[in-house]
Amino acid sequence: MPADLRHQVRRALEHPNLSAALTRFSEDYRVSRARAYQGIDFEALRQRIAERKSCAAERLDRLAARFAEAAQACGARVVRLHTPADVRDYVLAVARRHGVRLIVKSKSMATEEIHLNAALEQAGIEVSETDLGEWIVQLARQRPSHMVLPAIHLTRDDVAGLFSRETGERLQPEIPRLVQVAREQLREKFLRAGIGITGANIAVAETGSLVLVTNEGNARLVATLPPVHIAIVGVEKLVERFEDIEPILAALPRSATAQQITSYVSILTGPAEAAGGGTKEMHIVLFDHRRIEMSEDPLFCQALRCIRCASCLNVCPVYRLVGGHVFGKVYTGAIGTVLTACIEGWGSSRGLEQLCIQCGACRDVCPAKIDLPELILEVRRRAAALAPQPLAARAAFSILSNRRAFHGLLRAASLAQKPLADGPYLRHLPLWLTEAGKDRRLPALAVEPLRSLFPKLKQPRSIRRAAFFAGCLIDFVYPEIGEAVVRVLNRAGIEVVFPEKQTCCGAPAYFSGVPEAVAANARDNAEAFSEDGCEAVISACPTCTVALQTDAPRVLHEEGLHELAARAERLAAKTVDFATYVRRLAADGSLHLPEGASLPPLTYHDSCHLKRTLHAEQPPRELLERSGYSLREMPESDVCCGMGGSYSLKMPEVSSAMLARKLRMIASTEADGVAVDCPGCLMQIRGGCAAAGTPVQVRHTAEWLASVLETTD
Amino acid sequence: MVGKFRASAEAAGAEVIEARSPDAALAAIARLLKEEGVGQEGRTAVWPDGPLRSAFHPELLAQMLPGLVLDVTRDTAAAAHLGVTEFDCGAASTGTLVQDASAAAQRLASTLPPVHIALLRAGAIVAGVSAALRRFDPAQVPFLALVTGPSRTADIERVLTIGVHGPRRLVIVIYETETSHAR
Repeated sequence: MPADLRHQVRRALEHPNLSAALTRFSEDYRVSRARAYQGIDFEALRQRIAERKSCAAERLDRLAARFAEAAQACGARVVRLHTPADVRDYVLAVARRHGVRLIVKSKSMATEEIHLNAALEQAGIEVSETDLGEWIVQLARQRPSHMVLPAIHLTRDDVAGLFSRETGERLQPEIPRLVQVAREQLREKFLRAGIGITGANIAVAETGSLVLVTNEGNARLVATLPPVHIAIVGVEKLVERFEDIEPILAALPRSATAQQITSYVSILTGPAEAAGGGTKEMHIVLFDHRRIEMSEDPLFCQALRCIRCASCLNVCPVYRLVGGHVFGKVYTGAIGTVLTACIEGWGSSRGLEQLCIQCGACRDVCPAKIDLPELILEVRRRAAALAPQPLAARAAFSILSNRRAFHGLLRAASLAQKPLADGPYLRHLPLWLTEAGKDRRLPALAVEPLRSLFPKLKQPRSIRRAAFFAGCLIDFVYPEIGEAVVRVLNRAGIEVVFPEKQTCCGAPAYFSGVPEAVAANARDNAEAFSEDGCEAVISACPTCTVALQTDAPRVLHEEGLHELAARAERLAAKTVDFATYVRRLAADGSLHLPEGASLPPLTYHDSCHLKRTLHAEQPPRELLERSGYSLREMPESDVCCGMGGSYSLKMPEVSSAMLARKLRMIASTEADGVAVDCPGCLMQIRGGCAAAGTPVQVRHTAEWLASVLETTD
Repeated sequence: MVGKFRASAEAAGAEVIEARSPDAALAAIARLLKEEGVGQEGRTAVWPDGPLRSAFHPELLAQMLPGLVLDVTRDTAAAAHLGVTEFDCGAASTGTLVQDASAAAQRLASTLPPVHIALLRAGAIVAGVSAALRRFDPAQVPFLALVTGPSRTADIERVLTIGVHGPRRLVIVIYETETSHAR
């Protein structure tokens, strides 16, 4: 994490208004977005958009040529330009030809990307943004902090100050009055301007049409009042047919502002009649700026599907804490991280890719079906390849990928920490953990790891056997979760085996972009679990489950290790998360859950991988309720707790802020306990409760179930 | 269809008046102009050409609608308090008005004045935006305008505020014609 980004994160978190405003917004957005999509098959809609906006390189070239032909036939002047300088020069040339002194602009991210305003001002041409938020940000000499709500980081008082300076009049912070002032100030500019510049939300190749979507009406005025209109359009905005507008027009307002449709949608096909009579002069600049390179990249081409709705910002638990001035450049949030890297070059993103906690919330809501978390991981990998990881980090992964060295180290650490441990929590932390331990108490390593305890567990012999994949946290920190898993499965007549040679699932290496370490872990695990005779491989950690089911086989294939990959695939097919497996046992009659018990109320925290990757948020809830616990749902139960594996160590301030919010949500339910299915979430939330002195019990679903089964013995 | 359109348009912040005939529509327009003070203290309204306007003799319009200006230019529209425009089509599911706005006067009259009266034939209402778009050939329509509710912004503290650049008040007069009666 670069020091200046770290510094910016801290400053943002200390800002008196920023995260409160963004958090309120994201809370409201969840509700209003869901309402806007009521009765709409979102999956089908986004599949249509993904198809219509497929950005294969040869397709973009073909669409651009077709667009140019159609728009020219309608009287527009179309140019295709490649670099930001080409676009700036073109606009300047048009402005000079007409002797233009003032240009009005409707919101266009493309022009921000090429820093057009600065170039025009340098040439002595006045430029005024007309979207209210953009104008505010322009007056503040800042850049937008959100792609749809550019000035969301500013308060009405800030705006009153800016407008007072602009008008020379003392304005009160009354929003309707401030909006009226903007109307008057900008109306005069609309009428005086010689050129209007817009972007476009969609460009239709077959008809040469541009679609402009706004609520304020400024794009209509920009495109109508000045005698010359220049539209600056990235080639990724192209779709083939006129009817392809429909799915985008259905999704964009719903995802962006939770509206069925925006107040104004204008579809421009060639120049219309000018406001002063005659026909307008219309220029359309189709520009590439790295988009062709992107379209040639099999992974990153999907980012060109983005319709700029900003929903990935609105649901991001990190964005809502730090805002777009920290989390982004011209483009912000998750998509901003990806676009910045693609457009400005790998390694140019100042470490933005480290801000993502990989919770997957953005992937679920993206209307263009872009796998943002995966793209951000790939940005990490490519940035890491450019700037090799510090020696310490690489050493850590070389240990992680060597099972004997890793396990030896953990055992040694468990002994070495003795004088540091304070009951079950670490009192004094090794240096690299001190920051992480500020707002949560970190657990001590278990005195005896699960792998040593396991042979001592008394189990009934059975023909039904399942293997347990422990993962590092359960094996070395929370062996009691493993014991609980065994007790529950034993009650269903399943004997549990623990393959000794199992090792780390590979997720830490995967999320840090070290594929060779993932491959080493995958090989060890494929060997450890190659024995037959087990009906399933059970994991009580969703992150491990995903690593075994999905990531390990894929990485092995990518590394060209196809024979190993086939073994990893056999392991993947047998791997199942604890709750899903136990629900299956309860359904087929193998496990009898006690009925009629009346147990304390619990609240359930959804772990990111269990809910958004495995889609298994229901089984644990069902099992807990059927066992007699009453569940009290907390608000935003599926928003990340801030653990994110090593994220909590790399970004302790952000992680702590996310944890603090999770603890408030838990407290609001007044439940006696919290159930989680991920030992990482458990470590984070239990540690947070301990640091805050909250008497809430935080336990794994397996532990809550095992304790019911025991009391009914 | 009219009922559905009305509900959607009102949900988007528009007002809706239903008129049984073109004459009744004109009377409704006259009432709205009066309510907005058009014709008093130099307040004007603009109404570019359209099927309903051309159904009435200009002298009748001048008599019934004091303050009305029929010559719609940048200057008259910018000076007007109210604009009347006629739409080609309505989309019931969202309350969206659709218009071939290629003639500059249509755009000037519907965007510059703070109050906008939109006229729509009851028979021109279709189910949704997709159906409405299919009625137009973009090659023949340089500027196709879709309007849903008044101009709005939430750019300051996300507080919804009406009338930032376009009209703050949108009244849709849906009127029936003999052909729509006959159906």
